[in-house]
Amino acid sequence: MSIEAKSGPTANTASGGHAELIRLENVHKIYHLGEVQVHALRGVSLQIGRGEFVAVMGASGSGKSTLMNILGCLDRPTRGSYFLDGTDVSQLSKVELARIRNQKIGFVFQQFNLLPRTSALENVELPTIYAGLSPAERHSRALAALERVGLADRAHHFPSQLSGGQQQRVAIARALVNRPSILLADEPTGNLDSRTSVEIMDILQHLNEEEGLTVVLVTHEHDIAQYAKRVLEFRDGRIRKDYQVSDRWVAREVLPTLPVLDDLETVELGAQDAPAPGPVSSSEVW
Amino acid sequence: MDFMNTLRIALRALSRNKLRSALTMLGIIIGVGAVIATVSIGQGAEYLIQQGIESLGTNAVFIAAGSNRAGARTGFWGVRTLTVEDMEAILREVPLIRSAAPVVFTRAQVVYQNQNWRPRIEGTTPEYFQIRRWGVQAGGIFSEDEVRSAANVCVLGVTVARMLFGNQDPIGQTIRIGEIPFRVVGVLEAKGQSAMGEDQDDRLIAPYTTVQRKIAGITWIHYINASAITKDAAQAAVPQIEALLRERHRIRNPEDDDFFVSTQSDVAEMATQTERVMNLLLGSIASVSLIVGGIGIMNIMLVSVTERTREIGVRMAVGATEADVRRQFLVEAVTMSMAGGVIGIASGLVGSWAIAKFLGWPTLISATAIVIATVVAAGIGILFGIYPAWKAAQLDPIEALRYE
Repeated sequence: MSIEAKSGPTANTASGGHAELIRLENVHKIYHLGEVQVHALRGVSLQIGRGEFVAVMGASGSGKSTLMNILGCLDRPTRGSYFLDGTDVSQLSKVELARIRNQKIGFVFQQFNLLPRTSALENVELPTIYAGLSPAERHSRALAALERVGLADRAHHFPSQLSGGQQQRVAIARALVNRPSILLADEPTGNLDSRTSVEIMDILQHLNEEEGLTVVLVTHEHDIAQYAKRVLEFRDGRIRKDYQVSDRWVAREVLPTLPVLDDLETVELGAQDAPAPGPVSSSEVW
Repeated sequence: MDFMNTLRIALRALSRNKLRSALTMLGIIIGVGAVIATVSIGQGAEYLIQQGIESLGTNAVFIAAGSNRAGARTGFWGVRTLTVEDMEAILREVPLIRSAAPVVFTRAQVVYQNQNWRPRIEGTTPEYFQIRRWGVQAGGIFSEDEVRSAANVCVLGVTVARMLFGNQDPIGQTIRIGEIPFRVVGVLEAKGQSAMGEDQDDRLIAPYTTVQRKIAGITWIHYINASAITKDAAQAAVPQIEALLRERHRIRNPEDDDFFVSTQSDVAEMATQTERVMNLLLGSIASVSLIVGGIGIMNIMLVSVTERTREIGVRMAVGATEADVRRQFLVEAVTMSMAGGVIGIASGLVGSWAIAKFLGWPTLISATAIVIATVVAAGIGILFGIYPAWKAAQLDPIEALRYE
């Protein structure tokens, strides 16, 4: 099932019908490592519209991580402009970038990056603290976000009490809690087994389809890219291919075909149906 | 991010590593506790000395026989040139001096029936009791007439009365000093220990004439307790007395003086000076441990920043500014030092209470010391927290998120 066979490169086009959310214009990124200059991005121009689901692919060193860092406002381009939601963010100060990250961007990482010994609920609340919301508002938003990923009944569990898939779902809830314009996921399934990976993709597809959330996903697995609507392939700091996925996979349809590994690894999407092993039942959480 | 949130995050972070936080705080606890305890001991001693000095009367002028020639103070009481006539001359010619009492002292065995004791024996005049503001709790004092006639009468300090008479009433009883019988006419009020730790109640006071002739066998006196009309007059009287005594003793060069004249403020100053040096010494030792405690905090905060690099990266990724991160770590350091400070104050108070109770040292809790200790604890948290907090805030979020 080759993607390339079915869609040709259509470089630098925003998918039709979507209002523009992201526009990069001739973005360069050069790192100075001592004497050596590393040209990580060499003139990247691209547009991503609202509601798109883009997979960024490429080998390590291809520039895809640098692109993510710039899209996520963790880094600024050396040259070129980056418009996010109509604002040129390439020239903003560090404080302003922190504000943008807080309000417009949700991050999901390969390593989950949850704070240890901190409950799922408090992990999800973290971005709302920096948004200056009231404690009551923070609490209700965090619970709502956990509910969206089907983990409301695990609100008071610590990361160490959750499976990898559950941890990643908490991380997704954290990314959603400030209602961002875009969800940036950096190898979100890299640390998960294949079934759990598909479950995470199911959540991302659901958020994208049902709630119109824009998702940009970095991956090096073709199987994962198949769940996206559009693929950007990077090589040597440039976009080599940019195409729509024609026979897109739907995680919800793939899941039943996958074997259930064992009870521990099972992440029940309909968490309410499953017996809750934890000490806190969902009725106590509310 | 508001302060309460920052504080909550700090407390949470500290409670994740309870043992480590407690050990880190220990440095501050010991430092602050030591400061509080030592200052309270110092203040207690100072208070006691001041009280002792005031009990002598603030207008007091002290004229002692003695020579400086052989070196500092070695000649105290060592000369025989100070006499009652000198005192009378001072009273006559230095109008700033209102009253004066000569003092001769010695030690001798005192016997009552089968009890005996060896107190300090002082010979003086009735003015002595007035100048030193020392009244009797029973009986009375001896009279001018009894001084003139060198009568065998005496007034007992409470220690002497207790040693010789136990619970009996000593008034009117006869005791012997050597072979000479003395009638007890009064018992002094209790004064307790002097600033130098001497039992002031362990003395027997008789007319100086009696002590000179019948007990010590001397014609000179050891010192004169004088009282000036005011506190300032006491200072002003010193050079006048010195001039007069030099003239009477035919001394040309002040270096050859065979007497010392000092006022209460001289004594007070000397005593407080000594106290201050002691306090400074104790205080600086305690401060060193505070600094060591601060370095401990810095050390742990640096470890904590390194350990929590990823956390810092995550916080930055979800919208924490550099200022947020800096504040978080600073508040953590200050929380630790302040908590240590509060516990330190409590243990310092308990410590000084225990010292007062079990060692019998006087202690005086000083509110100033508590306030200063609190401020210093907070200051140490800030001082030693700034660098780790700055380091945390300088982290690059991308690097921090990748940190293993």
